[in-house]
Amino acid sequence: MKTRYEVTISRRFFKIWRRNFTVYKKIWLISFLPPLLEPLFYLFAFGAGLGALVGAVMYKGSMVSYGAYIAPALIAVNIMYSAFFENTFASFVRMFYQKTFDGMLATPLSLDEIITGEIVWGATKSVFATALMLAVISAFGLLTFPHALLLLPLAFVGGFAFGSIGMFFTGIVPTIESFNLPVFLFITPMFLFSGTFFPADNLPGWARGAALAFPLTHLVNLSRAVSFGELQGRLLLHLLYLVLFSAVFFPLALLTMRKRLIR
Amino acid sequence: MNSIIEAKNLRKQFGELTAVDGISFTVRQGESFGLLGPNGAGKTTTIRMVYGFSPMTGGSLDVLGRDITREWRAIRGEIGVCQQENTLDPDLTVQQNLVVFARYFDIPQSGVLDRVEELLDFISLKHRRGDRVTNLSGGLVRRLVLARALINNPKLLILDEPTTGLDPQSRHQFWGRLEELKARGLTILLTTHYMDEAYRLCDRLIIMDHGKILVEGNPRDLVHTYVGKEVIEVEEPSEELKKWVVKRRFDSENLGHRLLIYSREGSGLFHTISTKYCTGGCNLRMATLEDVFLKLTGRELRE
Repeated sequence: MKTRYEVTISRRFFKIWRRNFTVYKKIWLISFLPPLLEPLFYLFAFGAGLGALVGAVMYKGSMVSYGAYIAPALIAVNIMYSAFFENTFASFVRMFYQKTFDGMLATPLSLDEIITGEIVWGATKSVFATALMLAVISAFGLLTFPHALLLLPLAFVGGFAFGSIGMFFTGIVPTIESFNLPVFLFITPMFLFSGTFFPADNLPGWARGAALAFPLTHLVNLSRAVSFGELQGRLLLHLLYLVLFSAVFFPLALLTMRKRLIR
Repeated sequence: MNSIIEAKNLRKQFGELTAVDGISFTVRQGESFGLLGPNGAGKTTTIRMVYGFSPMTGGSLDVLGRDITREWRAIRGEIGVCQQENTLDPDLTVQQNLVVFARYFDIPQSGVLDRVEELLDFISLKHRRGDRVTNLSGGLVRRLVLARALINNPKLLILDEPTTGLDPQSRHQFWGRLEELKARGLTILLTTHYMDEAYRLCDRLIIMDHGKILVEGNPRDLVHTYVGKEVIEVEEPSEELKKWVVKRRFDSENLGHRLLIYSREGSGLFHTISTKYCTGGCNLRMATLEDVFLKLTGRELRE
């Protein structure tokens, strides 16, 4: 039995992106609300509520308000959520329930292009969400401009990484309920332990090492540095980690989806 | 180019299971060609190989004069496919479904809106263009799937059980549309479980079972060759009749409570049987493609 492994991706993947954008425009109000409201909720709960207890946090040798400390992390978390949930639950619905990919596979599109289009779309949703959050959070004076604008390209890089691993899970989960497992074992620990709400240095040594493996740790570091207006060469290492993460999970996503759909 | 599909010794293996077991057939330009067979016969697998959805395990397959394995993209650009399952985009309206689908093809986008209007007119759905597809009835969904398959002006239309689950009105509507397309010279490949559909639409067809072709031919010829002209159906046949039929070597099938006698002799035989042997129901009817199908593939359930 011959199996063909060559990758067939042309810029046609953009057609899938446009399909998703067409749908997004129809439901833009629903799509806009989470990235607008979520940071407000968190800032209110953690910034005002918890911040009153915590007061200021030591960041790079100076004291910053707890609100300013967590705001960039909230953006990073939102980048993760936007792409990951788009390429897990939403992509799964399109693939499994709506048979959208099956329909596309009767046209001159390859499966690799469809999956690439989906992941690039997931990353785009991260960018949209970040743009909205930038507007909200900068209203509180918690971001340094113009440096913070780098969060937009950063959202794409981070979104691509989280979208790729999300799509990889979509390729292997038997049912939509199974996504609870990667959410519980992967997303939630990252949300808590990636230097989001407290410095990862406060963790015991072994946990600090584990946190370094989390892509969100690196995205939070990048986001926080950019938000405080510090651009250093060291940041390239964090960026490199995200790129490598994508370099592993993007091909894995293509592979598992092929195994799942090409019969 | 005379042959639109040229399959030679086509095979598809799923692990241990041989779904398509070395079949060869040719579909000619302008022809309506049917694939018939019980569930699991390999019809859908064959069709999926034809439009390059499933990679084939062996044999060769040329579609529109090109090798499907190497030139699948160019081929898919020139065919239209109505899949068995509804793959319309529920997030989009009727019109958007066509517009968005058109983008997937490498066709100039300038004339697309006109083409969409033309197709909505063809399937009589103009007044519903703004509706979400989730609000359409089964019949309208199938018509929209057909329109979508025609968006790229295909040279070959592939239909996988196009009218399954439709009410008689919708089926006849759908057939009317297909006949119109046929009259315009479009080549059609279809699978169906409905023998009346195959009889009405297909110029030629094959009946498959267990991945192999059992027979191939024009539906009328097949009926004539395998069953004859008429069928006499006798309910609760007497032992006497059963013995008589065997003795006279009539082509017949004994189903226990029902006896079928395939007749080529006109009404004489029916007259004899109905006056001499029939106590209960005794009917004379035209032989159909369904008789051929059941005779060749048997009567036991498949799944």
